[in-house]
Amino acid sequence: MSVQGKLTLLCDAKTDGSFLVHHFLSFYLKANCKVCLVALIQSFSHYNIVGQKLGVSLTAARERGQLVVLEGLKSGVDVFFRPREEPHPLQFLREANAGDLQPLYAFVRDALQPVDSGEAAWRCPVLLVDDLSVLLSLGVGPVAVLDFVHYCRATVCQEWKGNVVCLVHDSGDTEDEESDVLLNGLSHQSHLILRAEGLATGFCKDVHGQLRILWRRPLQPTTHRDRSLTYQYKIQDKSVSFFAKGMSPAVL
Amino acid sequence: EGRNETCLERRTGRLSSNNEWTNRDWRGGLKDSVEWEGRSLLKALVKKSALRGEQVHVLGCEVSEEEFREGFDSNINSRLVYHDLFRDPLSWSKPGKALPGGPLEALRALDKRTVSGPATIALDSLSWLLHHLPCPTLCQTLHALSRQDSCPGDTPPGEQVRVLGLLHEELHGPGPLGALSSLAQTEVTLSGMMGQASAQILCRRPRQRPTHQTQWFSILPDFSLELQAEPPLESQPRSDPHTPSVDPTTHLTFNLHLSKKEREAKDSLTLPFQFSSEKQQALLRPGLGQATSHIFYEPDAYDDLDQEDPDDDLDV
Repeated sequence: MSVQGKLTLLCDAKTDGSFLVHHFLSFYLKANCKVCLVALIQSFSHYNIVGQKLGVSLTAARERGQLVVLEGLKSGVDVFFRPREEPHPLQFLREANAGDLQPLYAFVRDALQPVDSGEAAWRCPVLLVDDLSVLLSLGVGPVAVLDFVHYCRATVCQEWKGNVVCLVHDSGDTEDEESDVLLNGLSHQSHLILRAEGLATGFCKDVHGQLRILWRRPLQPTTHRDRSLTYQYKIQDKSVSFFAKGMSPAVL
Repeated sequence: EGRNETCLERRTGRLSSNNEWTNRDWRGGLKDSVEWEGRSLLKALVKKSALRGEQVHVLGCEVSEEEFREGFDSNINSRLVYHDLFRDPLSWSKPGKALPGGPLEALRALDKRTVSGPATIALDSLSWLLHHLPCPTLCQTLHALSRQDSCPGDTPPGEQVRVLGLLHEELHGPGPLGALSSLAQTEVTLSGMMGQASAQILCRRPRQRPTHQTQWFSILPDFSLELQAEPPLESQPRSDPHTPSVDPTTHLTFNLHLSKKEREAKDSLTLPFQFSSEKQQALLRPGLGQATSHIFYEPDAYDDLDQEDPDDDLDV
């Protein structure tokens, strides 16, 4: 686990980058890390089913305390049926002006706080967010989302030397300023950006897309050329295969 | 070796006399983008100030103190005061680790009471401040901060305070960008080509025309700034050392190459719609074998065949 204290940004454009979320989820669970999954897009059982294909049981991980999940779809409804005084991570859904995401940050902090009790010591804490773009649709401003990620970075990455992985969508719509501000702001905060793009020529059966890897904020300044790589990929039932551009076995 | 060093010194010397951005006082903005990050250059300029014996005050909003100080030796770190707005800028933590008064007070506190020249104030970043403070307030505060050096007659040159701000260009609209630009004497916009970073430098001096210049540079691992000559325009992009070059034509099931005979046959082929002089002659003189064209028409039961010319009644 050489990578610690880093913010990894997953981004997709004209394709579905959620396979990267499933990859990181199973990766960190297998690496024995304490994981907090803020799942705003899919239900828990969806992640569980995909996780089983990748070799992890989310149910078991949750039972042994390794995994904490905030199921946005389920608990989003709870917000309206609970007394107003009780703080709820998705409290912003109730507010007239969406305000800030401090309650959500408090949830993450409480979930991943290292405890010195007798329980098995997990390796570094990890926060996974799927995804951040939906918060914009729910009325939260881009600066509020950036602040939330800032605080997660300060606490999870800097203080506890853990990792944060967030998925965000690049709408490609030049009129969507909020989405651009969010994506660019997150890119500036990130150490590593994984960008899944659909092929410019459209859908293809054998090459599902292209993955661009960009390292930012290296501690030692390096040349630009060392900082980015591009691969093409094909998603299979239990894995993803990567190959250099134009080198798909189906095309050669 | 010695000659190369002298060339670099000469080049640097010429640059400093024409261009204030590395040496003399300035209020400057550093504009970066996702692709060409500016914090390394900010740190390089901070290092330059510190090596000149100045104190450097950094208002750090985006990275931790530990990360900012990384790569600096103790000589520089001892001259660097980090005002930490990263850990808890919005007072969300209990117990609060925030600077009292929040971001605005933290910025205002960098005035004469705390910072006395010669010194440099580095704002990392202006983008963060712009997101959390109203633009007019930020501009007024920045103006007040740098007013210390706007009257060079009053303050001796050795005591002036330089203000340097990092701005992420893509995050702001033209209004705030323009407002901040108007405050800056020098604007450095980062970009690059083929792995080599460059800075577009715009210098605005009072009562003089703005000067524009491009400077290629690289930042060494110890954050020293190395100025470079422009890369040659015709240089070929070098192949990526990480991926071994593979010839994709090696294991094909079809033939991509033409033999000499095939190539000759291909070149001598006339395309059907190519109009050559032979074709023109053939069309002008119908040959013996060619019949004139006929039209065969079978009228339907409903057809009304009128032999009159419908244009007859036109008086043309």
